[in-house]
Amino acid sequence: MKNPDKHGHFGAFGGKYVPETLMVPLEELEVAFKGAMKSAAFKKEFTALLTDYAGRPTNLYLAKRLSAHLKTLKVYCKREDLLHTGAHKINNTLGQVLLAKKMGKTRIIAETGAGQHGVATATAAALMGLPCDVYMGEEDIHRQALNVDRMRLMGAKVIPVTSGSKTLKDAMNEAIRDWVTNVSNTFYCIGSVAGPHPYPLMVREFQAIIGKEARKQFLKAEGKLPNYLVACVGGGSNAMGLFYPFVKDKKVKIIGVEAAGHGVHSQFHAAPMAAKQIGVLHGSKSYLMQTRDGQVKIAHSIAAGLDYPGVGPEHSYFNVTGRAQYVSVTDKEAIKGLKLMSELEGVIPAVETAHAVYYLEKLAKKVKKKSTVILCFSGRGDKDMGQIKEYI
Amino acid sequence: MTNRINKKFKELKSQRQKALIAFITAGDPSLTKTKELVLGFEKAGIDIVELGIPFSDPMADGPTIQASSQRALDRGTTLTKIIALTERLRKKTQIPITFMMYYNHIFHYGEERFVKKIKKVGVDGLIVPDLPVEEAKSLIKLCQKHDISLIPFISPTTSEARIKKIAKQASGFIYYVSVAGVTGARSSVGDSYVKQIKRTRKYTKTPVCVGFGISTPQQAKKIARNADGVIVGSAIINQIQKHSKNKTMVAKVSGFVKTLVQVLH
Repeated sequence: MKNPDKHGHFGAFGGKYVPETLMVPLEELEVAFKGAMKSAAFKKEFTALLTDYAGRPTNLYLAKRLSAHLKTLKVYCKREDLLHTGAHKINNTLGQVLLAKKMGKTRIIAETGAGQHGVATATAAALMGLPCDVYMGEEDIHRQALNVDRMRLMGAKVIPVTSGSKTLKDAMNEAIRDWVTNVSNTFYCIGSVAGPHPYPLMVREFQAIIGKEARKQFLKAEGKLPNYLVACVGGGSNAMGLFYPFVKDKKVKIIGVEAAGHGVHSQFHAAPMAAKQIGVLHGSKSYLMQTRDGQVKIAHSIAAGLDYPGVGPEHSYFNVTGRAQYVSVTDKEAIKGLKLMSELEGVIPAVETAHAVYYLEKLAKKVKKKSTVILCFSGRGDKDMGQIKEYI
Repeated sequence: MTNRINKKFKELKSQRQKALIAFITAGDPSLTKTKELVLGFEKAGIDIVELGIPFSDPMADGPTIQASSQRALDRGTTLTKIIALTERLRKKTQIPITFMMYYNHIFHYGEERFVKKIKKVGVDGLIVPDLPVEEAKSLIKLCQKHDISLIPFISPTTSEARIKKIAKQASGFIYYVSVAGVTGARSSVGDSYVKQIKRTRKYTKTPVCVGFGISTPQQAKKIARNADGVIVGSAIINQIQKHSKNKTMVAKVSGFVKTLVQVLH
């Protein structure tokens, strides 16, 4: 079976749960996207942007001291942190904003939590000369002041969202409301493998460059495929980017790391797959944290980029089919991972990425024989320095 | 008995009247007031009540209904309590009642269990703004089986091919969204509805009512010339807010609603 199917379903997940006003625009987007993917000219332009502007291919680097520390694991890091703007998000925004331009849209909007997707969207919009409005929860504006300044410097307007919990999910509600109102001239650039079809498909395709490169680079370095892939999962775009090109390699074990916050049995976490409830939010069906009454719960994670109560529909699908396994790492453990990587390798990971780093400690104890891993090093930690100061 | 919504539109047609459908958020300012408002609105002559089920993430709603929804949630309003309220209301009134709600609530409750439950307590219709016809297959079947109207949307951006598909499965009435956007009172609503309603009528005899943005009797009257009814929400919520500290709030808001009814009946 093809995934997603023609209505955007990944098994029981995904779909298009949106107001009627958006249905025809989503069809138009799908046609434009599929056309672009078949167009040699579009692909050439996109590849040139990724290469000359963003800095691809990124390195696949063997973390020797970390591997020695872990003993049973040989860890390769896919260095998305080395990209322009400091994280994998730019892969997707260059693709989407280029597509917006081809579609004749004259305005870009985006939602952002940590501000990384907002910055990456503002960057792509500045590069291609389009005005850009970024919705950001008022809480997050305070937490991520540096990224707010970066966006503003590049000419984007950062619009504070004061409704609901004033965080990422509310920013996304507000961006959808803007889109439904201004859909004729506006392109909504979604930052994760979430939202209504075709977004989860489109973001996957734009991020899959991570896994395509990593697969080739690993084969060159080791002459075989890795035993494990490990990546952090909020909405799940860096993880899907790494995972997808390996999905048919059945022997490669795939592990996504959710944010457990204070622990998955507490009220403060961001691990919907650990919570095991399914629901519908922001246009698609997926695992979703909810109250007994069916209200969406507010997520908690030390990592603003993982602080989302849902997860992409294709991850939900991988979870039920068993193609990927999803685990979780707490705030405290993530800080340990962040320090470990910084001290042993001289690379400071984003606190999101640090969740995946810490999981390697757990994995190292589980494996029976020496194994190889590709870690998606999704972003760099500079943005988090203010927040993590108290832990140093 | 036949569905109260269909019966109502038959009556209206025979009397050459147009429907006023009034929206309020259940639980804002309280469930007790919601009950009083419904009964007050019935006296004022409205035709159908639309009870909004407050949701944490109302992405199709503008600031007025968002805030109203939040107030209701802050007061501890739950779907279970609203269902119980409806059951109590049914002992006092036979006015058609629809629930306006986001799909997650229905999914979370379980589609079949939910449809059976609301049928039992006397709900006549469902309006689900984030459930396009493509995702509604199982709910359409359940609603048909239990004689609940699943009221679909058509908007200014809906293509003729989609209108045809939507019209085919419509029941109760069709909700025409007057503008691309979210709910909320507006000074003007454009006139895309004239053309889109004409297109819709080619494919169905189901009544078409227009909502989003209508706030005055003048607007209601103008739109009703081409439609079978109008839906007013945010303007009523604004009235409730305006008089919220007033003991005669229900009478005041019912009075406002009556000015809308008068231009339609």
